[in-house]
Amino acid sequence: MELSQLLNKEEEMAETKLVIDCSNGVQTEVELTKEEIAQRKADLKAYELEEAARLAAEAEKAELQESANAKLLALGLTPEEVAALIS
Amino acid sequence: MKLIASAILTSAQANIQFTSITNAFDDLIIFMSLRNSADNAGGTIAFNTGGTYTRRRLLAVSTTVTTDTAAVDYQVNTSVSTANIFSNGSLYIPNYAGSTQKPYSSSSGNENNATTASNSLIAGLWNQTAAITQITLTPGAGNFVSGSEVYLYGITRGSDGIVTVT
Repeated sequence: MELSQLLNKEEEMAETKLVIDCSNGVQTEVELTKEEIAQRKADLKAYELEEAARLAAEAEKAELQESANAKLLALGLTPEEVAALIS
Repeated sequence: MKLIASAILTSAQANIQFTSITNAFDDLIIFMSLRNSADNAGGTIAFNTGGTYTRRRLLAVSTTVTTDTAAVDYQVNTSVSTANIFSNGSLYIPNYAGSTQKPYSSSSGNENNATTASNSLIAGLWNQTAAITQITLTPGAGNFVSGSEVYLYGITRGSDGIVTVT
């Protein structure tokens, strides 16, 4: 494991937040509550699901574009004509 | 525009929270330079507690541009970004002390000196009508690493915060 990965691993273990009191500028490191830790895990899971769906949709779109390009080229259009058509 | 509070992290933090925000201004703007310890380029904002958020994001990753409603409010550099490089972004919250639902918008970029980078423009809405007195910035995963910076400014309409307009 590289040093940067070790550092990242260490940073991931931090379970504190920085609270900045705007009324006096005081900054305090506060331990996360159990509820906050649970929420954090739930948020991460939700994000990962959304991100997976977004990437899958992007991949599907790219596949469709590639398929459409191939069909247009097979019809005799030049790559430049195909590019002009879909831009 | 007047600085309300700022912080530069000296250790990794799960989130950064501004509390006891005065209602003395019309709008708020946050400038952020952030980096996440995990490979996750999305960060979120939360006002006070509770409520729900809806968003519309215009996201550019490398040469691909998409739009979606992901639960993300700004882009953050990640563990796979170029070492020691942080994201840049700003988040604007108009009429934060008013009694209507709270819209906000952000523009931010995941900076990278290597291959992949991303930029986003996001319009969001918090469906609560309470005045905003607390703002929490949270990475999508991991922690904001040491060296991350946040600056909260208050904006008074028709004033730079220093010169009085009469």
